[in-house]
Amino acid sequence: MEQPLTRNIRADGEPLSLQEYEKAGGYQALRKALKSMQPRDVQKAVTDSNLRGRGGAGFPTGKKWSFVPMGDQAPHPKYVVVNADEMEPGTFKDRILMEGDPHQLIEGAILGAYAIEADVAYIFLRSEYKRSAERLARAIAEAYKGRYLGKSILGSSYNLELRLHISAGRYMCGEETGLLNSIEGKRAIPRNKPPYPQTSGLWGKPTVVNNVETFSCVPHIVNNGPDWFKKLSHTEDGGTKIYGVSGKVKRPGAWELPMGTTMREILEDYAGGMRDGLKLRGVIPGGASTEFVTPEDFDVKMDFDEMQKAGSRLGTGTMIVLDDHTCPVGMVLSLEVFFSRESCGWCTPCREGLPWVVDILQGLEDGRGQPGDLELLDMHIKHLAPGNTYCALAPGAMEPLAGALRHFQGDFEQHIREKRCPWK
Amino acid sequence: MLTKEERREIEAETRRYEQKQAASVEALKIVQRHRGWVSDEGVRDVAELLGMTTAEVDDVATFYSLIYRRPVGRHVILLCDSVSCYVVGYEQARDHLRRRLGVDLGGTSADGRFTLLPVACLGHCELAPAMMIDDDVYGDLGPDSIDAALAKYE
Ligand SMILES: Cc1cc2nc3c(=O)[nH]c(=O)nc-3n(C[C@H](O)[C@H](O)[C@H](O)COP(=O)(O)O)c2cc1C
Ligand code: SF4
Ligand code: FES
Repeated sequence: MEQPLTRNIRADGEPLSLQEYEKAGGYQALRKALKSMQPRDVQKAVTDSNLRGRGGAGFPTGKKWSFVPMGDQAPHPKYVVVNADEMEPGTFKDRILMEGDPHQLIEGAILGAYAIEADVAYIFLRSEYKRSAERLARAIAEAYKGRYLGKSILGSSYNLELRLHISAGRYMCGEETGLLNSIEGKRAIPRNKPPYPQTSGLWGKPTVVNNVETFSCVPHIVNNGPDWFKKLSHTEDGGTKIYGVSGKVKRPGAWELPMGTTMREILEDYAGGMRDGLKLRGVIPGGASTEFVTPEDFDVKMDFDEMQKAGSRLGTGTMIVLDDHTCPVGMVLSLEVFFSRESCGWCTPCREGLPWVVDILQGLEDGRGQPGDLELLDMHIKHLAPGNTYCALAPGAMEPLAGALRHFQGDFEQHIREKRCPWK
Repeated sequence: MLTKEERREIEAETRRYEQKQAASVEALKIVQRHRGWVSDEGVRDVAELLGMTTAEVDDVATFYSLIYRRPVGRHVILLCDSVSCYVVGYEQARDHLRRRLGVDLGGTSADGRFTLLPVACLGHCELAPAMMIDDDVYGDLGPDSIDAALAKYE
């Protein structure tokens, strides 16, 4: 099984130095692109590879890049931003890539920048990732020394500055346009779209934002071609995927597997099944903002389209497991406390609705549940649906709630009937 | 007033962006690193240097959760209260920390050693329950591992 993204990551967790990365074939893709490919050719290779964004929404990467104005008439400076905010609860895949192989991400970002003729790239990193910060800073310095960054990269006419921006907390910073405001030194509230960042992003200039894992795929696509990349996958979406599992399984962790590996295979063969004495009741498949999937659907292939058929989403591909000794209402409460605290407060349904949802769920847990509470929760699910809010935070917050109400309605009703949490 | 050192560090940051204002988050972090937290005076100092109003800087300072607008202890504990940690024992870890420090979430221990804050997913969910003390992450938290971690900080 090929594992291009993680194959260089060592068991002791120490990152590759520049020399080690070069020895493993690193920066060959950049050499190839600068020597024999036009920016449009890199875009085309990525489009043909069926790479879809790994930040959660799965937008086709090549298509995203194709909206950037190109050529002599295009506004400059143009920007590329690596979204390394990784604050979606349950998600820890980007950290593994940044700590284990920082040069791979840097090479991917340079290739992405070349593809849209960008002048400056930022890596937007969450503050708590201290080890990633250290390793990226060292790798960036090495890349400048090796002439992979700066003026006339590898003797070509292409110039690029790469800067590490370290954030200061708040989940909203990961939202594409909130992130741009954050780099500009403002609150991370979203921007109205259109215009989209590809035409008007950082300081009003064309900007592309992609996830760490997305950029990390790009050197391999350029090196080996789109067809090779497509064949890594079990489905239409190209490539491998870093899947993860957390919760009360025997071996929580993350693994690079073909895109479209089934949930059952990941949960049983890689995560080792449940801890002894526990039964699995459901899984949130891709970080906090996705709907519960129950065991009857575990044979679904984990990719962007198939997960939707199972009534959920791939999201970040990092699963959170609910066992039969954990209260589903308490679990959803923990999720909604997160969303409510992280709401940027810009629009009313989210700012006012999420604390109300938390209040109702806390009431159920504390034995203050009342008839009508579930209807109130349903009302919020409708009011906070996509289209009613500025960004996807609030609709994302409703996905696990809707899933829990559908699959575990009996548990919610029991809380109201018995006026207590049966797990306490 | 900004010290020479603070001013030098902030000015170096402003050169990394197209506009000075973009360095505001980093500037607040620099002030916080030197003074422990960001007081009203700290906000004014940053505003003056970056050519912003104090309201604009306070807008930023109050948005980001890791900028502290109130004094904190010598060390800050960020305890993850997100979902993976919840499932495997966040509440037990929280209760143990509360007892050991004698404070609730948001509080600072009487000896000024620790401030205990909740934080969103630390991105170490495979090690849940997890917390950070200053720059270090601790996972698989239980009473013993929490006590061992606390003992490392004066
Ligand atoms: C509230 C919120 C938080 C987000 N956080 C992240 C994040 O931490 N990392 C990330 O890559 N994408 C995050 N996203 C998705 C981004 O908005 C954006 O879609 C993504 O960075 C695009 O990259 P991709 O096309 O490579 O997936 C978030 C979205 C929302 C609504
Ligand atoms: S949905 Fe929530 S997080 Fe998004 S803009 Fe509205 S208030 Fe802010
Ligand atoms: S949920 Fe606690 S580290 Fe991710």
